[in-house]
Amino acid sequence: MTEQIKKPKVVRENTAVADVESGQQNRTTNLKIELDNLLDEIDEVLETNAQEFVKSYVQKGGQ
Amino acid sequence: MAVAKVCGIETEYGIIFKGSDVNPITASSMLVGAYSSENSQMTDWDYSDEHPTQDARGYLIDDYFIPDLDTQLVNTVLTNGARYYVDHAHPEVSTPECRTALEVVLYDRAGEEIIRRSTQLANQALPTDFEIVTYKNNSDGKGNSYGCHENYLMARSTPFSQIAAQITPHFVSRQIFCGAGKMGSEHKGSSAGGGVFQLSQRADFFEEEIGLETTIKRPIVNTRDEPHCDPTLYRRLHVIAGDANMSEVATLLKVGTTAIILAMIEDGCYPPELLLGRPVEAIREFSHDSTLTQRAMLRDGQHMTALQIQYSLLEAAHRYALSHGLDAVDEATGNIVLQKWEEVLNGLSSDPLSQCHVIDWVAKKRIIDGFKQRHTLKSDDARLKAIDLQYHDMRPERSLSARSNLQVLTRPEQVQRAITQPPESTRAYFRGTALQRWPDQVVAANWDSVIFDAGSTLHRVPMPEPLRGTKALVGSLFESCQTPRQLIDLLGKEV
Repeated sequence: MTEQIKKPKVVRENTAVADVESGQQNRTTNLKIELDNLLDEIDEVLETNAQEFVKSYVQKGGQ
Repeated sequence: MAVAKVCGIETEYGIIFKGSDVNPITASSMLVGAYSSENSQMTDWDYSDEHPTQDARGYLIDDYFIPDLDTQLVNTVLTNGARYYVDHAHPEVSTPECRTALEVVLYDRAGEEIIRRSTQLANQALPTDFEIVTYKNNSDGKGNSYGCHENYLMARSTPFSQIAAQITPHFVSRQIFCGAGKMGSEHKGSSAGGGVFQLSQRADFFEEEIGLETTIKRPIVNTRDEPHCDPTLYRRLHVIAGDANMSEVATLLKVGTTAIILAMIEDGCYPPELLLGRPVEAIREFSHDSTLTQRAMLRDGQHMTALQIQYSLLEAAHRYALSHGLDAVDEATGNIVLQKWEEVLNGLSSDPLSQCHVIDWVAKKRIIDGFKQRHTLKSDDARLKAIDLQYHDMRPERSLSARSNLQVLTRPEQVQRAITQPPESTRAYFRGTALQRWPDQVVAANWDSVIFDAGSTLHRVPMPEPLRGTKALVGSLFESCQTPRQLIDLLGKEV
């Protein structure tokens, strides 16, 4: 009796999952690099005296 | 068949005057004034048709104070058909009437550029220690709020009570993709203070389900009945329950999804069981929950998360598109909106952070959380609130949203064009083109009329129909006339 050869199918599934996972990892890594760069920039452009800026930001009520 | 969803956005900008105690009405006037000296083609606003005390529920409120008439002096119409003025101590830009949500995105962007250019010009005239800075947000963190209002054309025949009940679940839940995010809470009953993150800038300020007020006890559904067009045929739904967005995709979804749902309501296709039990509570509870798991009670006792409510609305919208088509919102635009709506909901379901390039609250929270972690800060650190405010800073060199790689739908040359050229498919075309052709002879204008100096007399041309006065209908007329007098003679009674 021939056995059903399941291995190749399983290998294919694993590859597919691995592809998705590494794609996901790339996206996550890219987002992390992007965030780090963004935070570097923010360190430079954020209002220097944050407390004073936030305290003095007062608006008249509008609609 | 639902009426064409002609729509627009009015944005009140935050404004500060650095270096001196100049009052915000003056600072705002300086912006409008500076823009007007560079652009001689602007004209004055005609107030005679304003009726902000008319209530859609059928009565006139007599003693209602109308503060914005104090600033009549600084109130202009631009050649792209927009209105640029000072309202309640804020500079405000109203886009011209647009035929589609995509067009609104473009004209909203043009409005931003107008504010930027005005600020640049005003600051050039000031001594070096002084600077005007503007912010496209809705809250100062001290209990004061200012609005980003949307307007949608609807059929008069749709009962207002039906519109109010059926549009409320969307207004309460759409903040999951169009909320601009906020660090802190200003609600009177809230125990949480500076360290809480909210999805919406405005949720704290809604105290009623429905009402005429716009500056205190704000209602989720505003009953202002000032159609600025034929009142026997139309209604203008004036929406105050939204945040100003920096993300173009968020603006598209805010206006696009609302337009589709309003068309559904007009055509009697709104799912009848999808009504909320306690909307005022729900809008705040949703705003305070960035895990998107908070549930609100429907009128029938069921409970749904904001995501579930939005998915139900999306499903109903798909059914509506199949049964009625999306002509009311422009078929092509409607399909883009449905697609992006689905993408955004799916993204929020699987991982909200995946939407950091399209949803403002996600982009902002990502920056706040990252900065907090990097510098080991407490939640109530002023720098985190500063990030919240600076996300909306209109200066390119300071704006945090400009650095967030937000997805862009407009091209720079389109935005440039929209600063001076009106939309072609609404009456804004007539208003803007008249102003461009004869700037010295357009004495005043407002949404539904233009007043010409026709030589020996002043002549008012009524424009009661938002879908007339388009390029298709009056373009060649303009080309064939040398003077306003000739145009008036050929037009007949009205546009």
